[in-house]
Amino acid sequence: MNGAVERFDDSARRHVGSYGRTVVRANELLRHPVYTRVVHWTVAIFFILALLSGFAIYSPWLFRALSPLFGGGPTTRMLHPWFSLAFVIAFAFQILNWLAPMTWNADDRRWMKNLREYVTNERPVEPEYVDFFNAGQKVYFWAIVWSALLFLLSGLPMWFPHTFGRITVDVAYVVHDIAALVMLVGFIVHVYEGTASQPGTFRSMTRGTVERRWAWTHHPAWYRRATGRDPRADYEQARRL
Amino acid sequence: MPTGTLQIKAISAHPGPVPGHGAQREEDVCKYIDVTTCIGCKACEVACVEWNDMPFQETRFDNTYQTMPATAWNYWNLIKFNEHPRADGSLMWLMRKDQCMHCEDPGCLRACPADGAIVQYTNGIVDFQQENCIGCQYCVSGCPFDIPKFNSETKKVYKCTLCSDRVGQGLEPACIKACPTGCLRFGTKADMRALADARARQLREQSGFADAGVYDPPSIGGTHVIYVLHDAANPEHYGGLPKNPVIPATYTVWKRVAKPIGLLLALLAAPVAFFHYVMEGPKEPQP
Repeated sequence: MNGAVERFDDSARRHVGSYGRTVVRANELLRHPVYTRVVHWTVAIFFILALLSGFAIYSPWLFRALSPLFGGGPTTRMLHPWFSLAFVIAFAFQILNWLAPMTWNADDRRWMKNLREYVTNERPVEPEYVDFFNAGQKVYFWAIVWSALLFLLSGLPMWFPHTFGRITVDVAYVVHDIAALVMLVGFIVHVYEGTASQPGTFRSMTRGTVERRWAWTHHPAWYRRATGRDPRADYEQARRL
Repeated sequence: MPTGTLQIKAISAHPGPVPGHGAQREEDVCKYIDVTTCIGCKACEVACVEWNDMPFQETRFDNTYQTMPATAWNYWNLIKFNEHPRADGSLMWLMRKDQCMHCEDPGCLRACPADGAIVQYTNGIVDFQQENCIGCQYCVSGCPFDIPKFNSETKKVYKCTLCSDRVGQGLEPACIKACPTGCLRFGTKADMRALADARARQLREQSGFADAGVYDPPSIGGTHVIYVLHDAANPEHYGGLPKNPVIPATYTVWKRVAKPIGLLLALLAAPVAFFHYVMEGPKEPQP
């Protein structure tokens, strides 16, 4: 990331942070600062609006159920690209915000090799190398980055069919649908992982904090960096109590 | 057809045959356009605007006799004037009445995602139902002839209806009614095709147009508007009539593969997540 982007991102974080607060109590750690939460939920709101309005156009049998939410068919069609544009802009801020912790590395390759163990809940705590985000979260992040790019590139011809010509638009329909497929499946998994599957996670995006035991369970390397303590030792100690 | 009872069988003191009579002896209707006898009078343009109750509007001059560069959402019928130089340096002045071709396999209908926005009648007429149109303009790129036109105020798409309201009452389309030269005719597809073939043969054998033929492209299953052209080998000369109009293969991929698989996967992800919870349980913070 170049200097200017980093400076902008830092100042945005400080600026937005000054309007809100995160209360970190004993036995808690600050997971997501105010700026990250605001950006995340802005992205989420426009994502869901774009998803519902897009789904209404995508599938005729959902059309009658969903399009009245947005004021009928033509209004749904008119609003969808604007929701999507707002999503893309908000998501651009999130990319800048998370580019550093989302960078893929050798530990992520190791984690992906043991994906099955993660999915079947075979280990009580994550391996010590798992940092702020695990490889699964990174895969989701980059899947959204690439599908958002596909959405944007295919959405523009669909928005202005006469400017781009018939064949470009015809190909764009297929690309748009494939991007929708990737994003929707990723989104469902994301919601599941962030709520029912991992108790104690959802609050990190609402109140901004997590329990310390949540941190040494799911992100030991981050726990070590944030507290300066040994995650495994603290876990063992807590277990003996 | 219930409207058949309202079809006029005889008219008192009327010279000549009854207009439109017998048009429903076969269901498929067809508009016949003999490009070679069109004089470019634009009576069909005016008749179209009048019958469909569209306002007269300012037009755009582009150094030809053409009313405007292309059809518009409220101007469905446009004679395209083209000056085509022959190999010997002489000029052919080609006039082609441009409007919806009412394809047997309509690309607009295939592309449309809105339930009931485009219908195809058994007589072959392809009609837009604006009350169901959502203005997505998929039909615009679905059409090989660039016919559907978007109105940004009503957010709906419009095009020639082949006067389905008139045809349903046993009348011929307004443009046909207005044509003074007889280059426009209306009847069953079989009759019009036979008429067109006979005229093309006449052009080949008696008028020296060796390449004369009928434009009724099989690549989209034929059309319910057919042309007699002096040069059927080069339909592009007549204001961009495509030689081989097609509905791109991406439509099949899109509607038959990408859409159902996408929906299936989307629907699968939720039960997969649910049963993962049921079978594996949550990951609680330890201990």
